[in-house]
Amino acid sequence: MTTSRNKPDEAAALSLTDQEAMATGNRPPSWLASAGTKKFGITVLGWTVALLIFFPIFWMVLTGFKTEAAAIADPSLIFSPTLESYQAVHDRTGYARFAINSVVVAFGSTLLALLIAIPSAYSMAFLPTKRTKGTLLWMLSTKMLPPVGVLVPIYLLFRDVGLLDTRTGLIIVYTLMNLPIVVWMLYTFFKDMPKDILEAGRMDGASTFQEVFFLLLPLTLPGIASTGLLSVILSWNEAFWSLNLTSSNAAPLTAYIASFSSPEGLFWAKLSAASTMAIAPILVFGWLTQKQMVRGLTFGAVK
Amino acid sequence: MATLQLKQITKSFDDTHVIKGIDLEVNDKEFVVFVGPSGCGKSTLMRMIAGLESATSGDILIDGQRMNDVAPADRGLAMVFQSYALYPHMTVEDNMGFSMRLAKVPKEQRRQKVLEAAKILQLEPLLDRKPKALSGGQRQRVAIGRAIVRNPSIFLFDEPLSNLDAALRVQMRIELARLHEELDATMIYVTHDQIEAMTMADKIVVLQDGVVEQMGSPMELYHHPRNRFVAGFIGSPKMNFLDVELDEASPEGVRIRLPGGDACTVPVDGRDLAADARLELGIRPEHLQLDDQGPLSGEIQVLERLGGQTSLYVQMGELMVTIMADGDVAHRVHDRVRFGFEPVRAHLFDSDAMALPSLHQHPLAGLTRQDHRQATESSGL
Repeated sequence: MTTSRNKPDEAAALSLTDQEAMATGNRPPSWLASAGTKKFGITVLGWTVALLIFFPIFWMVLTGFKTEAAAIADPSLIFSPTLESYQAVHDRTGYARFAINSVVVAFGSTLLALLIAIPSAYSMAFLPTKRTKGTLLWMLSTKMLPPVGVLVPIYLLFRDVGLLDTRTGLIIVYTLMNLPIVVWMLYTFFKDMPKDILEAGRMDGASTFQEVFFLLLPLTLPGIASTGLLSVILSWNEAFWSLNLTSSNAAPLTAYIASFSSPEGLFWAKLSAASTMAIAPILVFGWLTQKQMVRGLTFGAVK
Repeated sequence: MATLQLKQITKSFDDTHVIKGIDLEVNDKEFVVFVGPSGCGKSTLMRMIAGLESATSGDILIDGQRMNDVAPADRGLAMVFQSYALYPHMTVEDNMGFSMRLAKVPKEQRRQKVLEAAKILQLEPLLDRKPKALSGGQRQRVAIGRAIVRNPSIFLFDEPLSNLDAALRVQMRIELARLHEELDATMIYVTHDQIEAMTMADKIVVLQDGVVEQMGSPMELYHHPRNRFVAGFIGSPKMNFLDVELDEASPEGVRIRLPGGDACTVPVDGRDLAADARLELGIRPEHLQLDDQGPLSGEIQVLERLGGQTSLYVQMGELMVTIMADGDVAHRVHDRVRFGFEPVRAHLFDSDAMALPSLHQHPLAGLTRQDHRQATESSGL
């Protein structure tokens, strides 16, 4: 079924490349159209974008190894590196406590979001109604709402039920925050799964739960994994809610970074060192799982 | 024992009526084929029998018990899907044993049953492979194996051969017929290919627009189609249709005037015909004979020589007529030819496209593959 649906696209894509080939093949090679220059241009563009994105992170890591004096002096790549700031950061606060909070909240909210999203995406993908598309769009539209718009009600609600400065509270907020994206992504992955396979399972005697557990989940695992990874990363980096809803007990690493910027004025080197330590775990995590991420994000596209 | 009865089954999706009241009876060990053009509702009908689709109204009875509200797995059926629908992440063995794993059958027993089925289908060397390492024909056999393992009372096949190439399709057709005999099971088979229907069925059910146009043995449908649709759908190449004028209806048949002006009496019952009725003559390409004295004539437009047979496409006025002739005809393109037919081979259709009932029952019209088997059984084998 999927293949037949994809066929026109393939045909279109094919004819497009044909046209391109003809266009480049028949015309005399001007500097714009020649394949070599084109490739070179794309490479330069790619590197430029990558460096632009990477530069602030690079600069932050660099600043972390400077003295406070060097950090506010004229920007320079040449300095004598020191672990002074890291020492200071280490002495002042328990990094571990914040890190544990981050891990618990990021993974906890991701797990909860998946638990809620898998059944809802299943029903939307395999038992759609007239309103399914609308529901999905509405869910996504909540992401367009500025979070500050609901800060006061949520703050008051959390205060009244005692969720302020608790990991549970943060997990709930992060779950709600990521749920639209998680449901949407799972929905597209599930949509790509041939319905026949689930029906064959039903003929073989699988209950809905068994269908999901034995067939749907194993077959869409790459998609579920990349959805989960994205949710972990988004939760890890979230700062708005964590700064506003936590103070000490449940504060994650984002709050930890922020704590370096206020009381005694700005200390750029220490702030940078703290930030580097805060992003290091997720950076390593992301690097290790990038293959999985890309594979999941392009899951349906290349089939 | 496995019989199936459908009583006034209907299916509607919102305002679209896909199945419009079907009554059907499938006998024990019968091979029944649902055939029809795409969109005729044949797959929906099968999915309702399987329980993957609920019936809007009517009853589905298996062995006399109403099954409308019974879960698919508990109906005692097994289905082979058009796409095979194998579980891609499981080995052939796990694919075939999945139903037993769900039913918590002990591992040893599971393996035993899978091996039995694998033996029937010659799948033993492939048991440890994943579906993606199999060819189309092998995947098809695994899908059938998965059905056999369940030991169903009725097998359902949803266009199982349409993804195979032509040569493999012929081979699988023979294999399925053999399997039917070996398993002694009731089978229901959906296809749009009338050749598959003709070759495998004990009973063919021709569907169009959610209605049964005719059901009967292949030979009955071939020799005594109930209407113009069935006449055109069964048989290949397609039946030729010519407008003819009614001359006179008598107890011996209906005398008609052919396009060339000649008269001809077709032995069908035309008692209820109005004097000015518009009639259509249906005659199969294989029943038209080249004949210098024949009443019909035309110019050959295309010749297709198959060696043993030659198809002639003859322009007759506005109409293109197909003739299946002997392989050795010496005619060339643009030759004018005369041809005729035996009146007993012809069909007449009235203005409602219904066939006028034939006065002579064809001797083979009641023949099914079951009869053949019963005959060999009773002859002492």
